[in-house]
Amino acid sequence: MDDKRKVVIELQNVKRYFKVGNEIVKALRGITFKIYEGEFVTIQGTSGSGKSTLLNQLGCLDTPTEGEYYLDGTPVRKMSKSQRAKLRNRKIGFVFQSYNLLPKTTAVENVELPLMYNKKYNASQRRAAAIKALQAVGLGDRLEHKSNQMSGGQMQRVAIARALVNDPAVVLADEATGNLDTRTSFEMLVLFQKLHAEGRTIIFVTHNPEIAQYSSRNINLRDGKVREDTINTNILSAADALASLPIPQDD
Amino acid sequence: MSILNLFKVAIRAIFSNKFRSFLSMLGIIIGVAAVIIMMAIGQGSKESVRANLSQMGTNVITIRPGAETRGGVRQDPSAMQTLKQKDYELIERNKKYVTYVSPEVTSSGQAIYGANNTTTSLYGAGLDYLNIRLWKIEDGTFFTEDDIRKSSKVCVVGKTVVNELFPDGGDPVGKTIRFKSIPLRIVGILKSKGYNSWGMDQDNVMISPYTTVMKRILAQTYYSSINCSAITEELTDDAIAELTNILRESHELKGEAVDDFTIRSQQEMMETMSSTMDTITIILVVAAAFSLLVAGIGIMNIMLVSVTERTKEIGLRMSVGARGLDISNQFLIESILISLTGGVLGVLVGWLGTLLCSSFGLPATIPLWSILVSFAVCTLIGVGFGYFPAQKAARMDPIEAIRYE
Repeated sequence: MDDKRKVVIELQNVKRYFKVGNEIVKALRGITFKIYEGEFVTIQGTSGSGKSTLLNQLGCLDTPTEGEYYLDGTPVRKMSKSQRAKLRNRKIGFVFQSYNLLPKTTAVENVELPLMYNKKYNASQRRAAAIKALQAVGLGDRLEHKSNQMSGGQMQRVAIARALVNDPAVVLADEATGNLDTRTSFEMLVLFQKLHAEGRTIIFVTHNPEIAQYSSRNINLRDGKVREDTINTNILSAADALASLPIPQDD
Repeated sequence: MSILNLFKVAIRAIFSNKFRSFLSMLGIIIGVAAVIIMMAIGQGSKESVRANLSQMGTNVITIRPGAETRGGVRQDPSAMQTLKQKDYELIERNKKYVTYVSPEVTSSGQAIYGANNTTTSLYGAGLDYLNIRLWKIEDGTFFTEDDIRKSSKVCVVGKTVVNELFPDGGDPVGKTIRFKSIPLRIVGILKSKGYNSWGMDQDNVMISPYTTVMKRILAQTYYSSINCSAITEELTDDAIAELTNILRESHELKGEAVDDFTIRSQQEMMETMSSTMDTITIILVVAAAFSLLVAGIGIMNIMLVSVTERTKEIGLRMSVGARGLDISNQFLIESILISLTGGVLGVLVGWLGTLLCSSFGLPATIPLWSILVSFAVCTLIGVGFGYFPAQKAARMDPIEAIRYE
């Protein structure tokens, strides 16, 4: 494999155990992999496979019980809560299944949110960065729309713009198409592929095996371990798939 | 997050739940208004009592016969006869801190003129009496040194006595009225003082030379009191010390012997009154302050609801990089804003309430510091009762918060 590329994420035998009552639940039983800059990785597994726990680890929302996780070269395990908050703010962009936009707030303000917690940005820089991110997801004409005036697809685009606004080392998508219909899901995949083509590192966590066909690499989890880690040599085009979908007919 | 942005977020949160925010403010509004009104009434009554007392002379010192009475001990009647002419003369001769001295004897009874009569008090006094008690002659003159020497049957009368005895008008000066069947010629009329703060008519008086009252009416050789005035209010204590020395010498009291007279100053009386008013004010304010405490608990309750409601928002903010501190600041500022806004409105309502009280004749003035204290207390309530909900928000686990439904 081409090891000259920059390593964005490195997991070394990461284990995560939870204590539930008197029992110890082993959610991650030793996971090791590297993700390079510019990869579009799907992490796929059935429920209970540990993919949510892994996502929390990758997103620095949680720390490993054992092993070490390096995000962009920074070891995360011994970091304090506020240090991890700062790391999330600078290095990670989250896209959630249920969009999680602030209610009664405009698209621009929603996208500005991560920069609010970064003192390096002043108000005008924040707004400029937010507008740029919204344009990148194709919502340049919806800047002042409030979250309740948008469709699910538009809300998810705002959420993606919010994930991009801090120019993160990695975009973490958690079932980002889970709440959307087939057509809109493909529109999102087109967007993710576009971002991938622009050189973004994307990790897409999903239970849907179909999505793996559109990514450059697929990591399959089962019972807290990596079952399969395959490079996809035949990446399907989401745009083509979208074009071949039957055009929805109104009743 | 910068303070400005925190305020923006807080204002938006408050406005997105207008009615609820208003209800939790209402507690603060009522509490602050109550405190302000109570303080205003306390302050106002104190000022009006003070004004009334100073009308009677703030530097007045009164010497009464007899030792200070102690509970239950009955005093020999002769103990009440210790103030004599000799004492008066000694004070006149030796006074340094005292400007005016006047003996005083009193008698109550009926005054009659023609077919009219009225019940009044007759004061027997010296020439300085008007200066001590701050009386002024409106019409006619005061009696003279000569009148005192001769025990002349003359008097000056207050407005109420004039109105009662001369209801048809006409000049009373020069007319002779009878008090306890002794004829007294009116030489002057006192300028009206009105009612004092405990509702006594200060104009229902007659003043005659003390010699006249003692010899012709009471047939006694002792004074009921001696009135003096200190040079200034501030020198009252020195004047009291001086008077004590003179009287002890005059009464030949040596060493440990107990004073057979009591000296009271108007200043002392004012202080007693003030401290009584203060106590009442404190009780009222404490009662009102309890409503502020209840209001604070109301805010805490609403903030806890708000934190739970916005769990998902908190999770999102944390996942995009908000630290616990950012989250707790956000909720603290919200609760401070609610209680401060309530405070401002409360001061306004309190001010209106004070105006209302004044218009009903209740003396009330808002002390400026009470407004400052209100704001300080409101901020404290905001921080104090907002702290627990804010901590609850800050301690949330972002993983659980973001998936909260």
